Amino acid sequence: MLWEIDIHPRQDLPDHEARRVLADAAEIGILDSLTVSSARGFLVEGPTLEASQADQLAAELLADGMVERTVAAPIGDQSLLASPAGDGSQDATLIHVLLKPGVMDPVAQSAETAARDFGLSIDAIRTIRKYWISGVDEKQLQTLGSRILANDAIEQLVVGPLPFDRLQLGSKYDFELKTVQLADLDKQGLAKLSREGQLYLQLAEMETIQSYYTDLGRDPTDIELETIAQTWSEHCSHKTLAGRIAYRDENGERKFENMLKETIFDATQQLRARWGDNDWCVSVFRDNAGIVRFDDQYNIAFKVETHNHPSALEPYGGANTGIGGVIRDTIGTGMGAKPICNTDVFCFAPPDTPTDNLPPGVLNPKQVMRGVVSGVRDYGNRMGIPTVNGAVYFDQRYLGNPLVYCGNVGLIPQEMSFKEPLPGDLIVSVGGRTGRDGIHGATFSSAELTSESESLSGGAVQIGNAIEEKKVLDVLLDIRDRGLYTAITDCGAGGFSSAVGEMGEEIGAEVWLDRAPVKYEGLSYTEIWISEAQERMVISVPEQSWEEVHRLCAAEGVEATVIGKFEPTGRLVLKYGDNVVADLTMDLLHNGRPPVVREANYQPAPIKPLLPSSKANYTDDLEKILGSYNVASKQSIIRQYDHEVQGGSAIKPLVGVAMDGPGDAAVVRPVLDSRRGVVISCGMNPRYGDLDTYHMAASAIDEAMRNCVAVGGDPSRVAILDNFCWGDCEKSETLGSLVRAAIACHDLSLVLETPFISGKDSLNNEFSYVDAEGTKHTIAIPSTLLISAMGQVDDVAKCITMDLKAAGNLLFLVGETKDELGGSHFALVNGLTGGAAPAVDPLMAKQTFASLHGAIQLGLVRSCHDLSEGGLAVAAAEMAFAGGIGAEIELDSMPTGDKPLSAAVRLFSESNTRFLCEVSPEHAAAFERQLGDIPHDCIGRTEVAPRLTITESKEGKPLIEANLDALKAAWQQPLAN
Amino acid sequence: MPQPRILILRAPGTNCDAETAFAFQTAGGAPDVLHLNRLLESPQLAADYQVLCIPGGFSYGDDVAAGRIFANQIRHHLAQVMQDFREAGKLVLGICNGFQVLVKSGLLDTDDQTGPAASLAWNDSHQFLDRWVHLRADSSKCVFLADTERLFLPIAHAEGKFVVRDQQTLDQLDQAGQLVLRYTPGEDEATDFNPNGSAGHVAGMCDKSGRVFGLMPHPERFIDPTHHPQWTRLPAQAEGQGLAIFRNAVRYFS
Repeated sequence: MLWEIDIHPRQDLPDHEARRVLADAAEIGILDSLTVSSARGFLVEGPTLEASQADQLAAELLADGMVERTVAAPIGDQSLLASPAGDGSQDATLIHVLLKPGVMDPVAQSAETAARDFGLSIDAIRTIRKYWISGVDEKQLQTLGSRILANDAIEQLVVGPLPFDRLQLGSKYDFELKTVQLADLDKQGLAKLSREGQLYLQLAEMETIQSYYTDLGRDPTDIELETIAQTWSEHCSHKTLAGRIAYRDENGERKFENMLKETIFDATQQLRARWGDNDWCVSVFRDNAGIVRFDDQYNIAFKVETHNHPSALEPYGGANTGIGGVIRDTIGTGMGAKPICNTDVFCFAPPDTPTDNLPPGVLNPKQVMRGVVSGVRDYGNRMGIPTVNGAVYFDQRYLGNPLVYCGNVGLIPQEMSFKEPLPGDLIVSVGGRTGRDGIHGATFSSAELTSESESLSGGAVQIGNAIEEKKVLDVLLDIRDRGLYTAITDCGAGGFSSAVGEMGEEIGAEVWLDRAPVKYEGLSYTEIWISEAQERMVISVPEQSWEEVHRLCAAEGVEATVIGKFEPTGRLVLKYGDNVVADLTMDLLHNGRPPVVREANYQPAPIKPLLPSSKANYTDDLEKILGSYNVASKQSIIRQYDHEVQGGSAIKPLVGVAMDGPGDAAVVRPVLDSRRGVVISCGMNPRYGDLDTYHMAASAIDEAMRNCVAVGGDPSRVAILDNFCWGDCEKSETLGSLVRAAIACHDLSLVLETPFISGKDSLNNEFSYVDAEGTKHTIAIPSTLLISAMGQVDDVAKCITMDLKAAGNLLFLVGETKDELGGSHFALVNGLTGGAAPAVDPLMAKQTFASLHGAIQLGLVRSCHDLSEGGLAVAAAEMAFAGGIGAEIELDSMPTGDKPLSAAVRLFSESNTRFLCEVSPEHAAAFERQLGDIPHDCIGRTEVAPRLTITESKEGKPLIEANLDALKAAWQQPLAN
Repeated sequence: MPQPRILILRAPGTNCDAETAFAFQTAGGAPDVLHLNRLLESPQLAADYQVLCIPGGFSYGDDVAAGRIFANQIRHHLAQVMQDFREAGKLVLGICNGFQVLVKSGLLDTDDQTGPAASLAWNDSHQFLDRWVHLRADSSKCVFLADTERLFLPIAHAEGKFVVRDQQTLDQLDQAGQLVLRYTPGEDEATDFNPNGSAGHVAGMCDKSGRVFGLMPHPERFIDPTHHPQWTRLPAQAEGQGLAIFRNAVRYFS
């Protein structure tokens, strides 16, 4: 018997979901005559379920009678169809929204368990949403349905009564071994197979596979081909950047055998050698996350991943599983780290992008932003991991291809930092069941997005279930501490295929696919093997420990299943029952891929002058920059994240007298009885990359470091991560711009003595579509390098924040200002082009960071803020309104290397390695002594009057004069909701 | 008197257990963190403890409704254990998700003949919110709030709006002295001091005995002075204000 239990807001209370729909509809211009009522519902199937039991479930489990009312009836009953509004909208159209079969439905899962706890016999539960719509025509109804009520990638619409009377629970699978005819295919045929089979391999790779099987004298099975494609995918093997590249720029030609190894990795290796016994790196570029030393007992691990393509199709699910995935990365690092904080950085098209003429397949940027933020929020908060740092960056070119970077820091006992599975160990899957979700995620991420991606790769989109992952985490840390497994890794892109393939690389493995627990019947052996179903970890368990592992998992309601064994054969053998469905050498998988050879060119554009017209007053420019989306307050996002759970919050993302100022970096104390802190910050500026990606990369590193140092982080203990999101790197100019950025990473890392410990790249971030006239357009994202920094402080009580603290203090500008308005926000808001991107003097930067850190440690600095977008003027404004303290500044004394600079440059140049510091008069002499030769000058003072005044000189007229309330309002308004 | 033993009960999705245990330990208690499944298997375990605490988090994902499934576990399987615990003069504390569980399991004496008369519903903003709030405490009734007048603590929840069936329910709870913790304006805070639209500005309440207490704010997140969101602007403090609540619980047994 199938029952439907609908839950409506109590009659006198607002219908929030209907309000959301109305607001979204208004945005896309659907008429005022629209009326909407909504309900959420549960479809409950049980063989003997009676009306009284359905009523009991409604009252005691599913609804809260204080704020909700319910309708429970057998499916199809008239009472379920009538509009709840009862206001003459009887002719309203009823629309149901259901998750597509196979999409994760965590609420339904929990409801099933809880309903059985009532002693009821329940077969299955599914959740639905219902809408009663009137006041629109057929076409508008369709638009509403596909763009606002549901997302085609994961949901389906049913107009009118639900056309079924039982829930589909999957159908039986009949084994059939499938092989793929390779032998006779010509080049064209191979390319077609690669594309249509969603393998996304290159021709040379397909040919290598073909000749391997020709030598064997047989055709590959489908699962073998899938395994190779996944292992060789860009996502899993980083073949482009770790490949051979011939790079040419204005300095000549350079040939790389392995570009990443010879740039970024190389810098870290050199630093480690230089440090010798004082090397504080522990495990770099080998595990799921990089690991460095923290204190006598613990190390810390850090990883940032991207989840761009899934987020473009289904923002909530994409971001949700993005954060879930990177958390599993740290859980799967060493013998397992405990996640202690998250960082999230997003790139979107501006929220005011007109939505009436979006290219096909593109979601409304506002909707993307809301979905991504909600996805990260719901996963991070439920996992109990504070989200402490982040950034949101806007550019029109992210329209069809938004970027979602998710990062996680983990704490790991020193002796648990390495792992090694042993021959004979059991391969154990822990956590969620395997379903048909996320098929082809690894290979799909290597493809360019198109307007058809949604229908082509819907299977790659998933919803996470954070509580499953939390349960897995809780029990795995316990099992880890009991020493019951020898190695652990996560099931990420590529699922079991990737996890087992990587773990067994040096040994060999046999996997029994029919034993993997599945969500529903009907999965083929290949689907089981490559499914990227979430919340699964793989551990290698010595046989004698298996029983205890199983018992501990069962005790916390976590499923653990033996799915195979690491066999010392050097082969990967997959079985379904008694049938061998794959037999491959590990050598082919991990060393058999033909090297990718690429050309890369970079020619820096000649610098055109950027000449701002001279003005008497720049207050208006300052307000425009404060109100530009990149600079504007992100409070409405930040406060949706729990940034204090785990009880170690020391410097929060929002600071100051009203707790709304933009902190430079967050600090957490991961060990509650210790004073030692972890500092998390980031740096990114794609706008500089339009001018020169070398300077962009150098600036991003400098910015991440500045943010870290500004709160008190020790610059000699900062580890950084690189995340490259680039366009199509088969284009030599695109790849050239990336190589150039990687060279900058190498150079800066060496001089600053700041090691890269892990990184990730996401290439092919381009969106293409065909417009109404039949012309193909491609939008490539701007080259986007995110640098994430993880610093450390001995004692969090020595940290400082950026809000001005008291009137009567002095303001020092540290670092030299240069004529560097290229790519600046002053240029952006005034529509100016040209100019030089800010460069970094790495040696000066290293000395500046060290000296300023010394001053902060000595307690000489009351507040400190780094100068970034908008330069001095924005930094001063932010410090002032965050502290509710006024400031007066004169520009004539700022350090400029004695070069004459215009007022606009002095106010808004974004030169690197600069800080504005508040110092009390009694500490001024000591502060200056501490800074020594580092360029610095006293440029102003703090005032009681809540006003920012900036003049050329003491006698000069104000170039900027504004009340702090006005500045703060300009900064807070654009992204207030 | 030896250190009172604190039972910190975690369910799938509980995520504030470690810092809550740390807070009790700092206050002089002896906490153990126990999975709910263990208590369901062996309910007699509760008898070894003086304080039972349900910490914050998203028990069972807060799927269906916050705290609902955990609360039903108590209603269905642990009602007797909890009643015995209460009648033995012991203490029960629910923080955030724990408060949601206590309310929805009826342990705060909010049920009447027709069923539950109070609950915690979605914030008016319909969004999760992490911020700090000023609180006014009534110290006369609730053990946990002894000698406490005002508190400044963080909240972090989506479903923290205290709702009652009707005004009469609110008046009755008020007259019984159960509404012991309310959101209140700070020094220069005018209008938005009530972060979620709670009836009567209620942030926390106790049962009729004053020994069972639930609150939405997180006292375990203000133990250390550097937890304060403005500590870099303030004179050095010895400890966080939230510690008082845990200390009151421990002191009750000494």
